[in-house]
Amino acid sequence: KIEPLKVTVDFLKVPLGLKKPPLKEALAALPGKPKSQILERHKPRRSDAMDNESQYSGYSYKSGHSRSSRKHRDRRERHRSKSRDGTRGDKSVTIQAPGEPLLDNESTRGDERDDNWGETTTVVTGTSEHSISHDDLTHITKDMEDSAHLDCSRHLGVALGAALALLAFLTPLAFLLLPQLLWREELEPCGTPCEGLFISVAFKLLILLLGSWALFFRRPKAFFPRVFVFRALLMVLVFLLVVSYWLFYGVRILDSRDRNYRGVVQFAVSLVDALLFVHYLAVVLLELRQLQPQFTLKAVRSADGTSRFYNVGHLSIQRAAVWILENYYHDFPVYNPALLNLPKSVLSKKMSGFKVYSLGEENSTNNSTGQSRAVIAAAARRRDNSHNEFYYEEAEHERRVRKRRARLVVAVEEAFTHIKRLQEEEQKNPREIMDPREAAQAIFASMARAMQKYLRTTKQQPYHTMESILQHLEFCITHDMTPKAFLERYLTAGPTIQYHKDRWLAKQWTLVSEEPVTNGLKDGVVFVLKRQDFSLVVSTKKIPFFKLSEEFVDPKSHKFIMRLQSETSV
Amino acid sequence: SYLISFSFQQRIEIHKLRQGDNLLLGFSIGGGIDQDPTQNPFSEDKTDKGIYVTRVTAGGPAEVAGLQVGDKIMQVNGWDMTMVTHDQARKRLTKRNEEVVRLLVTRQSLQKAVQQSMMS
Repeated sequence: KIEPLKVTVDFLKVPLGLKKPPLKEALAALPGKPKSQILERHKPRRSDAMDNESQYSGYSYKSGHSRSSRKHRDRRERHRSKSRDGTRGDKSVTIQAPGEPLLDNESTRGDERDDNWGETTTVVTGTSEHSISHDDLTHITKDMEDSAHLDCSRHLGVALGAALALLAFLTPLAFLLLPQLLWREELEPCGTPCEGLFISVAFKLLILLLGSWALFFRRPKAFFPRVFVFRALLMVLVFLLVVSYWLFYGVRILDSRDRNYRGVVQFAVSLVDALLFVHYLAVVLLELRQLQPQFTLKAVRSADGTSRFYNVGHLSIQRAAVWILENYYHDFPVYNPALLNLPKSVLSKKMSGFKVYSLGEENSTNNSTGQSRAVIAAAARRRDNSHNEFYYEEAEHERRVRKRRARLVVAVEEAFTHIKRLQEEEQKNPREIMDPREAAQAIFASMARAMQKYLRTTKQQPYHTMESILQHLEFCITHDMTPKAFLERYLTAGPTIQYHKDRWLAKQWTLVSEEPVTNGLKDGVVFVLKRQDFSLVVSTKKIPFFKLSEEFVDPKSHKFIMRLQSETSV
Repeated sequence: SYLISFSFQQRIEIHKLRQGDNLLLGFSIGGGIDQDPTQNPFSEDKTDKGIYVTRVTAGGPAEVAGLQVGDKIMQVNGWDMTMVTHDQARKRLTKRNEEVVRLLVTRQSLQKAVQQSMMS
């Protein structure tokens, strides 16, 4: 699997002029560390002097990053950075601060650890965001190959639609102009009614143009795996309409050189009317039909069980999938692989301490299953205290998180008291006046450590680089936000779309469905949206039919009495 | 030893005491079908809307006759008292022309099980 990667990388290294050993050798050069954690992918800045910077941390941020992420550019850059990793195979070890092992996802460093990205330039690295395993490499190469021919088919569809639309638009004009051009002298003069019809044709075409622009000229929000049935239907309809009109025109008018120009104009007007009705049909089919909610979709993330419910109308499975994805990016909290598993200390004690030896068994498969069953049974018989461990571990973690959070809140509050907005009337020394970026940098140092410790405890540190925190701080300062508003982003895990595009972790989703994806949704349909690390399982339920009945309650009928508890002496 | 709870019926004859123009019985009643049964402290079943004796004046005719607090009055002189309103119950007890009222009451009783006899 390395070979195709090597080929593409070799291709890319030519303009860069870098010589790199193959990745295997680079990996072998690193002493004894697990493969998946070593390769650090650094995002290169625009300048090419990267090799000289010894302080490349996982928190680097690519400035000047253009908004539209075109697939090719991203991939090429990723490849480029990988090739640079290859050259610095040995250097990637020395980049870390001396004596500190790599940080893996699940280790939470104690308070005594000296993390200083806030203050200096030495590096803290190795978080999983920036490491690629072999699987990732192969996936990326596969993506590159796949996308090449898929783009063609999508563009074909768009081109076809555009051509058809143009044809349909120009046809009425052609109908009107051809008699004028070809047999002008023989035409009967046609006065006011024709002029009225000309005006109506002009305006109807304008309305059609505006309507088509509003409805169709949109950046596609997704690429569907299969043909969009309604669009195809409409294109076929338009095509048939135009062709049949041309047929009639050719036979009745061109061949016979009809003199009645008014008839021709009316013919053209009828075509424009028909096109407007097709546009109306398009609005109804593409936009209106799905608005009324008919189904409730439940989307569950397989990794951690987060679930949401959505109401949708009549959609095909692929459109429903896109709808779910649109909502996924702003509803579901971001997928954090570090938070998934029970800490190893809780689970690891289960299987230790039992070794089962078999005496005189000849069938090896029976042997192994019998052995494992014996181990499991023995372990189950032992008094199982792991739930206890889990409970105390969780309580301890809660306490730790709350303590760090308190420190963070206090630090941020204090930091915000150091700056204030310059009022117009005040006269200040120009040296003392700062723009938001400088103000942010000025107060960042005092809260940096508390922030970093908090992020580390809640395992959010891959999601927030130093640069992103500074930018957010600058943003909050500019808009006069309170410390609480600034912290809102860090205290709770937000939806995926809030984070940097690289955290979106590939927009490539795979739709897995038993039914054809152009089928409409029905009660009980289940489909899965797969990605590398997790998948979204979506199940459909029909919204129940409500029988609403009316009951009239006379406002005067609301009457009350006291609850009695009398005692009478007799 | 343990407690056994049971209810038994008792017939009680009260001779009314004349005080001026009134005939007194010497106890108070609570309950009735128009009252709130959940507030009755004496009933076992809180949906019971019967008439209960809530107080017995010391030395009065009711105490002399053996009526106790918490008794549920089932009948008065043959008239049923389980499904009457509070006022109807009062009226049936305080008829001017009756000097003697014969009540059928139900009483809850808790008694210690007789274990000594078993042990001996």
